[in-house]
Amino acid sequence: MEIVIIFTIFFYLMSTAGYFAYLFLQKNYLNRAGYFLLIAGFLCNSAAIFYSFLKSGQIPVHNLHETLVIVGWSIAGVFIIFQYKFNLRIFGIYAAPLAAIVMVFASQVSSEPVQIKNIVNNFWLIFHIISIFIGEASFVLAGGLGFMYLAQEHAIKTKKHGFFFRRLPSLELLDTAGYTCIVVGFTMLTIGLATGLVYAKMVWGKFWSWDPKEVWSGITWLLYAALLHERLTVGWRGRKAAIMAIVGLAVLLFTFFGVNFLLKGHHGEFTRL
Amino acid sequence: MLDIVLLGLNHKTAPVELRELLAFSKEEAVAVLEGLQKCPDINEVMLISTCNRVEVLLTTSNITNAVNSVKTYTSEFKKIPISKFEQALYMHDGEEAVRHVFRVASSLDSMMVGEPQILGQIKDAYLTAILKKTSGVILNRLLHKTFFVAKRVRSETGIGDHAVSISYAAIELAKKIFGNLEGKKVLLIGAGEMAELAVEHLVRNRAGEIFVANRTFERGVELSNRFKGKAIRIEEIPDCLKLVDIIISSTGSPNFVIVRDQVKGVMRSRRNRPIFFIDIAVPRDIDPDINRLNNSYVYDIDDLKGVIEENIKDRNRESIKGERIVDEAVISFQHWFESLDVVPTIVALRNKIDSIAKSEVSRTLHSLEHLSDNDCQAIYRMTDSLINKILHDPTLFLKKNGCHGGRSAYIDLTRKLFKLDD
Repeated sequence: MEIVIIFTIFFYLMSTAGYFAYLFLQKNYLNRAGYFLLIAGFLCNSAAIFYSFLKSGQIPVHNLHETLVIVGWSIAGVFIIFQYKFNLRIFGIYAAPLAAIVMVFASQVSSEPVQIKNIVNNFWLIFHIISIFIGEASFVLAGGLGFMYLAQEHAIKTKKHGFFFRRLPSLELLDTAGYTCIVVGFTMLTIGLATGLVYAKMVWGKFWSWDPKEVWSGITWLLYAALLHERLTVGWRGRKAAIMAIVGLAVLLFTFFGVNFLLKGHHGEFTRL
Repeated sequence: MLDIVLLGLNHKTAPVELRELLAFSKEEAVAVLEGLQKCPDINEVMLISTCNRVEVLLTTSNITNAVNSVKTYTSEFKKIPISKFEQALYMHDGEEAVRHVFRVASSLDSMMVGEPQILGQIKDAYLTAILKKTSGVILNRLLHKTFFVAKRVRSETGIGDHAVSISYAAIELAKKIFGNLEGKKVLLIGAGEMAELAVEHLVRNRAGEIFVANRTFERGVELSNRFKGKAIRIEEIPDCLKLVDIIISSTGSPNFVIVRDQVKGVMRSRRNRPIFFIDIAVPRDIDPDINRLNNSYVYDIDDLKGVIEENIKDRNRESIKGERIVDEAVISFQHWFESLDVVPTIVALRNKIDSIAKSEVSRTLHSLEHLSDNDCQAIYRMTDSLINKILHDPTLFLKKNGCHGGRSAYIDLTRKLFKLDD
């Protein structure tokens, strides 16, 4: 088990190295190497999750270790699909190290499963978890694209065309890609929240119990809903959209970690140290 | 022994007045090739003539004579005394000539490093030489290698990356903003060579509708016809800003033609789609404060010049990599060229021995008249196989790669030993 995680980390780190080498040397084969190493890591990562699933018969999100393994898996997976579609080469320097760091953290925290109360492992729960994670991984990518947009825009506005200006793609592409990520993320988050509500009704008898995680997820959802609404009505794009994607990422991180560590609730066990 | 020789002048050694005098048109080039081909000392020859250089590339067994014939011929052809251009001439032979051709074709020797035209010009010159049959084994091989090297330098280094002219730099920037220029609407305000060139680049990038605004409407109509666009009046510019994505301005107006508030006002109805102003005019036409607005970008002529300077520095840095590729290619070409020398040596050696044997045999057979024809044939065959057996080892020795770079020395020795150079 441990060995699979180590392999995953190894591949993610190698992929990171590949992408950084591409950043400096701009040789296409380096980009491809980074991409395929990431896929290799993703397969190892999937194997690790599948193994835990077989062992416990439940989707493995019972402690911070398992949750982080799934976080790393979703970031890598969503990025692989994203890269395939947009071919935004330089973006690997954000996604690959992120996946690697998450997995390193995962391997460092204890993997003792917590005592689980009141968990019914059914279709709704699996659907809830998977779509929430994919949605959040998309938001994480959107945040990264937001940073890149701001960097590129800064270079163009200040007329200082440095190292990154040459390597970053056009503003239009960054903006479109970020928008796509947010649309995908928002769709998945909506599905995740809806299935979560159904699950809560089935298990606890009520849709909404003012659990802090629920509240903050609702806030996150509203934030991205507002961003999409503004974009569709008055055309919030470019700089404002990029800043909003970054703000969204901050709120998302708080919802994911902050709520668990600082506030209590029925999601807490899964991400507690 | 043949040598590759390059004789010429370029923008570094000759002023434009002299280059003009010596430049050859295509028809003249054909005549020159025909003329030079007749010179006894010139084996193969080709002529490269562009606005920045005139060069003659030839192979010869007598460098001094060949060079003198080219000088004399040129001076007679162009009716200019040799003394007038002799100072500007440079002459390279052997490895240096090969290196020079590679560098020129790779655009490492150009006035603007990395400019792409020179390769096409050399290809044309080579084609002319082929049609006139003035190129042979050596030049063919050299030129094919040259095209290969030039291609490699272009694809493996950034020597041709990034614009070095104002209008191209503006287009590159537009691509960094819009990604794809297809369908982007353009507004040209005023007229001017640089601005019109930029519009032409945009059209080539399949930009969308072109609007032209001019102080005199008639001139505007004239220009818009050229770009198949639409002429508008100066007063219509604020409204037009709602539509267009790229504005190129180049008027003689002393005041700003477009001010900040006008752009701010249209951004909402543009739904914040990005807008890019290229201001080529001095004094400026576009309020620089517009650059502070979200999703709008302004570049004036100084900004664009700054971009170009950076790009030129970049190209010069990249040219170092190009030089390395050229060095590699020169070594591999020289290797081939030297191995080529072995063949004529072996052929000469064989011919010499063959002729000695043949003459001795026929003299002997004269005094042996009782032999039948069949017997004579048998003796000739025996002579042939003797020659083959004797020359087998020396031939192998000269051909094999074991001479460790000293091959030219062995060839030299062989030639002296058998007195092949008569």
